Amino acid sequence: MIWLTWRQCRTQFIAVYGLVAATCVWLAVTGPALARLARRNQDVYDLLTSNDRLLFNGGIAVLAVAPAVIGIFWGAPLVARELETGTYRLAWNQSVTRGRWLAAKLGFSVLATAVAVGILTTAITWWAHPLDGATGGQHGSLASRLTPISFAMRGIVPVAYAVFALLLGTLIGLILRRSVPAMALALAIYVFVQIAVPLWVRPHLLPPTTTTSVISHATLDGVGIDESGTITITTHVARGDWILSNQTVNAQGRPTALPSWFSACLPPPPDPGQAGNRAVVGRGSGSLDACLARLTDEGYRQRVVYQPHHHFWPLQWAETGLYLTASALLAGLSFWWTRRRLS
Amino acid sequence: MSAVVKARGLGKQYRRRWALQDCSLEIPVGRVTGLVGPNGAGKTTLLSLMVGLLTPTVGTIEVCGGRPAADSSQLAKVGFVAQDTPTYAGLTVAEHLRLGAHLNPRWDATAARRRIDRLDLDPRQKAGHLSGGQRAQLALTLGLAKRPELLILDEPVASLDPLARREFLKVLMEAVAEDEISVLLSSHVVSDLERVCDHVVVLVDSQVRVAGDVEQLLGTHHRLSGPLREPAALPADQHVVWASHTDRQSTYVVRTESPILDPAWSVTALGLEDLVLAYMEGAASVAPASPALEVLR
Repeated sequence: MIWLTWRQCRTQFIAVYGLVAATCVWLAVTGPALARLARRNQDVYDLLTSNDRLLFNGGIAVLAVAPAVIGIFWGAPLVARELETGTYRLAWNQSVTRGRWLAAKLGFSVLATAVAVGILTTAITWWAHPLDGATGGQHGSLASRLTPISFAMRGIVPVAYAVFALLLGTLIGLILRRSVPAMALALAIYVFVQIAVPLWVRPHLLPPTTTTSVISHATLDGVGIDESGTITITTHVARGDWILSNQTVNAQGRPTALPSWFSACLPPPPDPGQAGNRAVVGRGSGSLDACLARLTDEGYRQRVVYQPHHHFWPLQWAETGLYLTASALLAGLSFWWTRRRLS
Repeated sequence: MSAVVKARGLGKQYRRRWALQDCSLEIPVGRVTGLVGPNGAGKTTLLSLMVGLLTPTVGTIEVCGGRPAADSSQLAKVGFVAQDTPTYAGLTVAEHLRLGAHLNPRWDATAARRRIDRLDLDPRQKAGHLSGGQRAQLALTLGLAKRPELLILDEPVASLDPLARREFLKVLMEAVAEDEISVLLSSHVVSDLERVCDHVVVLVDSQVRVAGDVEQLLGTHHRLSGPLREPAALPADQHVVWASHTDRQSTYVVRTESPILDPAWSVTALGLEDLVLAYMEGAASVAPASPALEVLR
């Protein structure tokens, strides 16, 4: 059974590992240069050319979809193709039960996918390490490893994503009995899960930290105005933390809008067309200091809810556990479906 | 007569439709049995139940003394060549043999190799590039090399040209003669089966119309034609299978153990095909005042 599984998955195997190897080579070539750059300067971001940034973000984009692509393109046809072409009738009449047949297929595929994505992620984590959360003085920053997009590509969660995508594809392929629709549906569900988890699940996997602080020049990070003229302010947090909410609360501790008089404290926006952009407030603007003092006197505080950066690994383990549990469930359903429903 | 397949009250329901209903039959051991019936009679469903691809909704089925596909030893006892003889298009002939060797404990590698050689199949050829006849031969080789107690073939020659049909059935017969296995093959073309089967089961609307030894069936069935006569006027030991009447003439197919003595009849022998067709049409034509009778008149 192992030989047959290997023979049937050989093409995918070679394709996937070929791509992984190519990516690793590319990362190995560019990695040391990045590390040198990062050692030389704290503000590594400013040293990066726009090409480098394109590569970093492009790499993120490509690698964010790698587990899904590998998992779904491998998983969906795994059984669906046999059902489509009728070869399951040949396979299920050899002296091997369906359960063992599926176990061999799934076992090999899960292992191969997990190892491929594992290698890929390790390489990415190593490569991006000097750059994670790199900030520049004025021009912006690269995502830290706890922000949703980077988090999904570091550590061990991508392996769990790939296993999940594979088993999701397999189950849907089993149910639909068609490879291509199964790929499409599995991809749709996977994308939904990938959006839903960072939005609604990941923030609560570990209790987040909440701090309430006085709004002062020392803590103020930025002031923003949206199209309707509502002013919001944000305060500083440690580099690498994942901010879940950063809002102003009143004396009763309820989230609130800033008082109307506060708008008079701000310098006129440099260009009205840029409303909604965050205006960086320069230090030492006297009227702003007075306004901030008045905010504090009236009981306004800034409440920040966040996952601190040291939650990175606990969150990784928790999310991996979550996805692997879901994967185990999908695998169980696949076995049940193969034994009971396909007869 | 010991049976290699025993089914009792077997039924299979898909959603609301019954593909097979209340089917009871036995397939004798050590024989080549033909399962004949019109399209939609439930042949494929019945065979799929025998090999465990399907599980019955109601009733019981026992194959080689066990529940179909219950475990690997049960699977090893039954070979199956499915309809349209599926093979892996991307695997070569040699790889199919390797697949069989890996997945079957009683695999006969030398026989399989010998058979492929005799068929002039190129072991390096991908199964997807084989002709329909060659693919069927490959599927048959896999089924035989497994060395099952019972080999089941579902419409194995349906899609083959006459030459490939003859070749396929010849290979099957040679193998059966060598290995002494029980064979059950289905077809809706009776002439295919006539050459190879020594036992036949006619299935119409899930029901076994007739089952028996081919020679015995042919010896006990006669076509009678003569002046118009009511079925009730026939001797009690002549069981009417099929009847057709014109204004002046009656034609009957009857089953009887005793010789036909009535000089009014001209008696002719039946071929297997005629006999099977008589049973397939029979139910409608024998029933008194049935629409079929009206149409014939």
